[in-house]
Amino acid sequence: MLKPRHIALALAFGLAATAVQAQDMRIGLQEDPDVLDPDQSRTFVGRIVYASMCDKLVDITPGLEIIPQLATGWEWSDDGLTLTMTLREGVTFHDGTAFNAEAVAANIDRSQNLPESRRKSELSSITGVEVVDEYAISFSLDAPDATLLAQFADRSGMMLSPTAFGEAGIDFGLKPVCSGPFSFVERIQQDRIVLERFDDYWNADAINVDSVTFLPIPDTTVRLANLRAGDLNMLERLAATDVASVQGDDGLTMEQAVSLGYQGITINVGNGAGADNPLGQDARIRQALSLAIDRNVINQVVFEGAFAPGNQPFPPTSPWYNDAYPVPERDVEAARALLAEAGFADGINITVQVANNPVQQQMMQVVQAMASEAGINIELQAKEFATLLADQSAGEYQASQVGWSGRVDPDGNIHQFMTTGGGINDSGYSNPEVDRLLNEARTSTDTEVRVASYNAARDILIEDLPIIYLYHVTWIWALDDAVQGFVPYPDGMIRLEGVTINE
Amino acid sequence: MLAFIGRRILIAIPTIILISIFVFTLQHLLPGDPILVLAGEERDPEVLEFLREKYRLNDPIPIQYLAWVGNALQGDLGISFRTNQPVLELIGEKLPVTLQLATMALIIAMVIGIPAGVLSAYKKGTWIDWVANVVALSGLSVPNFWLGIMMILLVSVKLGWLPASGYQPFAEDPLQSIKTMLMPAFVLGTAIAATLMRHTRSAMLSVLKSDYIRTARAKGLAEHVVLIKHALRNALVPIVTVTTLIFGELLAGAVLTEQIFTIPGFGKLVVDAVFNRDYAVVQGIVLCTGVAFIFMNLLADVAYRVLNPRMGDK
Repeated sequence: MLKPRHIALALAFGLAATAVQAQDMRIGLQEDPDVLDPDQSRTFVGRIVYASMCDKLVDITPGLEIIPQLATGWEWSDDGLTLTMTLREGVTFHDGTAFNAEAVAANIDRSQNLPESRRKSELSSITGVEVVDEYAISFSLDAPDATLLAQFADRSGMMLSPTAFGEAGIDFGLKPVCSGPFSFVERIQQDRIVLERFDDYWNADAINVDSVTFLPIPDTTVRLANLRAGDLNMLERLAATDVASVQGDDGLTMEQAVSLGYQGITINVGNGAGADNPLGQDARIRQALSLAIDRNVINQVVFEGAFAPGNQPFPPTSPWYNDAYPVPERDVEAARALLAEAGFADGINITVQVANNPVQQQMMQVVQAMASEAGINIELQAKEFATLLADQSAGEYQASQVGWSGRVDPDGNIHQFMTTGGGINDSGYSNPEVDRLLNEARTSTDTEVRVASYNAARDILIEDLPIIYLYHVTWIWALDDAVQGFVPYPDGMIRLEGVTINE
Repeated sequence: MLAFIGRRILIAIPTIILISIFVFTLQHLLPGDPILVLAGEERDPEVLEFLREKYRLNDPIPIQYLAWVGNALQGDLGISFRTNQPVLELIGEKLPVTLQLATMALIIAMVIGIPAGVLSAYKKGTWIDWVANVVALSGLSVPNFWLGIMMILLVSVKLGWLPASGYQPFAEDPLQSIKTMLMPAFVLGTAIAATLMRHTRSAMLSVLKSDYIRTARAKGLAEHVVLIKHALRNALVPIVTVTTLIFGELLAGAVLTEQIFTIPGFGKLVVDAVFNRDYAVVQGIVLCTGVAFIFMNLLADVAYRVLNPRMGDK
C-alpha cells in the first residue's frame, strides 16, 4: 500500500528532477582585477570580467577579424577621415537606459575627457563625434587611423550606461552598469565578483548560464586544485608546468591560444645616461646577445614547450609576422665574432633587470647561461615590478626583461615602443625612417600597404634591436569536462556566448 | 582598574602617532612610482600629472602626512588607488574575515598546545615528552604554504571533504563558513600550537619545582588538582603574554595562509596594496594593526591582574 509518506517522497524526487537548477559559472582568475570602470582600468584580468559584463561597439573573431557587436555596420569615407557606424536597435543597458547614438557620443566623450581616463591615447585620433540619427553615429578624425576599429573592440569601445556614469562619476567602478550578457551584482575585493544573467540582453539566446562568479586565486597550484575539487568550472592562465597533469586528467579539458603580446629584453639605447654603455651604443653587441639565445630551449626548459618562441612583436601565427626573418637558430660562433668585431673578444659584462617572480627569473637564468657561452656575462637584477617599471621609464637601466599584453591591431604592439617620443618607448629608440614607416602603417587602411610598411620597418629593427623579442605567451584555460562550447581567443578573454555546463 | 586602563590608553596615543609617521615615510622611501602602476599601459603625460595632483603626490611628504592625519581624524582614511573603494570600507570588509581566521586558529592552537605543554612538563623525560616535542617542532618547522597545499590536495581534491579555498561570510552560512575556514585555521593553528606548547612546558616545569607544589602534594591533594588548579594557573601568566601577542600578529593578517587559501583578509589586502603602491590602503591597515596590538597588550595586562591579584595597581 502506498503511504502518504511515500507519495510525498516521490513528489519530492519528481520535483527535484524537473526543477532546473540555477547554473553558476565559477571562473578562477590569476589576479584580483583593479577598478571595474573600463575608462579607468588598466589590468588584463579586469578585461576578462568586462567580456561578460560590457558589450563593445565591435568584437573580434578568433582570427582577429572585426565583427559587429553593438555596431551592426560601419563605413569609412574615401579620405579615411570619417567613420560612420550603424548601431544595433532595441539594446538597453542593465539599468534600463536605452542604447543609442547619444549614448555612444556620451561614452566617447567620457573616455576622452574624464581626467582619470586611461583611454585618451587610444582615442586620440577622434576630433569630433556627430549623432547622425538615433542609430547612426559618425566620428571625424584628424588623420586616417587604421587602429580605431581595434580600439573599439576593447575597453575604448565598451559602452557604459550614461545615466549610471552621470550619477556615479568617477565612482562608476564600484557599481558598473553596461549592456553585456551579465549584469553586476557584487564584488568583495580579493574574494569574488558576481554577475547575473541580464534577461533583456540582445543576444540572450546564446547565454546558457544564470550567473558568473569570478574568483581571484593567485596561486596556480591552488587554482588547479579548486578546479579538480569541483569548486571551479574553469580557470584561466594554467601554468605551463601543469599542462601535462591536466592532459592526463579525464575529468578536465584544456584549450589554448597564442597571445597577442610578447616577452623580450628591452635595451636602453637612448633613454638618458643609462644608455651610455657598449650594449646601448653598439647594435652588434645586441645582435650577439640575440644570437647567443636559443629561443626553443627557453620554451622547452621553462615553459615545457607550451609557449611560442618569437623574434618579432607579433607571434609567428600572426598575419603581420614577417616571414623573411624566421625565429633564428642559436649561433654562438657568430655571436662571438660580432663581439670581437665590436672590440670585446674577451667578453663583456651587462646588467639586465627582471621582475622578481620565479618564472621570469628562471627564464632569465636560462638566457644568462646561454649568453655566457658566447662571452656575454649577464648580471641579473631582480626588482619588484613597480620598481622595475619606474626605473625603466626613468631610463635608469641597461636592459630590462619585460613584456607587453598585446593589442588586436599590430600598431598597438610596435608604434608606441619604436617611434621617437612614443608613450612607452622606454628604450629611447629614435630613427626617422622607422617613424615614417610606422606612421604610414598607422594611417593606411589598406592591409597591403600596412604589411609592406611593417616589413620595411622590420628590416631596420632586426638590425638595431632596441628590443630583443624572446617568446609569446600562450593563454591556457583548463575546464571541467562538463563545460562545453568554450572558444579560445588570442586576446585571452573568456566569452560565454554558447558556453554550457552539462549536469 | 579603570584608572589603570585609562592610563594605558593615554600612553598608547603617542605610540600610534609614531607608527603612522613611520609607515608613511617608509612607504614613500620605497622605490617605484605609484602613478606609473596606476596609469598602467596609458602613458599620456597629462593623465600622469593629473593623477599625481589628485593624490597630492606632488606635495612635500610632511604636508601629505598632515593632510592624511586631518582626514583620518574625521574618519576618512582615503580611497584605494587600485579600486577607488574607501579604505575604511575595505577594512570593514576584511576585519571580520581576519578576526574569524585568527580566532579559529588560536582556539585550535590552544586546544592542542596548552594540554600538550602541560602533559610534556608533567611527564618530563618520558616518551610522551619526546613525542610532544617532536610533534611541536614539526608543527613549527613545516612551512605553512607547503602544509596548506598538501591539505588542499588531500582533503579537498582526493577526499572532497572541505572546500579547497575561498571564504563564506559567517553571517550568511555559519556552517559553510566554518568548513571553508577550518583548513587554513588548522594550518595556522599547528604552527602556533608549537610555540604555545613550548612556552607552557617551560612555565610548567619551573612552577612544578616550586615549594608550594610540594606542599600541595604533601597535603594529599589529588594530582589533577595540583596540576590544573595550582600549577597551571600560576604558569598561565607567560602563556597569556605569548597568546595575546600571537593574536595581535594574527590580526595583522596571515599573509601566506591567506594567499594559499584565497581568504580575503588583511594579509592579502596588504600584500596587494604594497605591490601596487596603494599608499592609503597600506597606511590604513597598519594603523588598524597597530591599534589591535595595543589593544591586545592592554588585554594581557588586564588578564595578569585577574589571574594574579598580587600584581595589583602599582
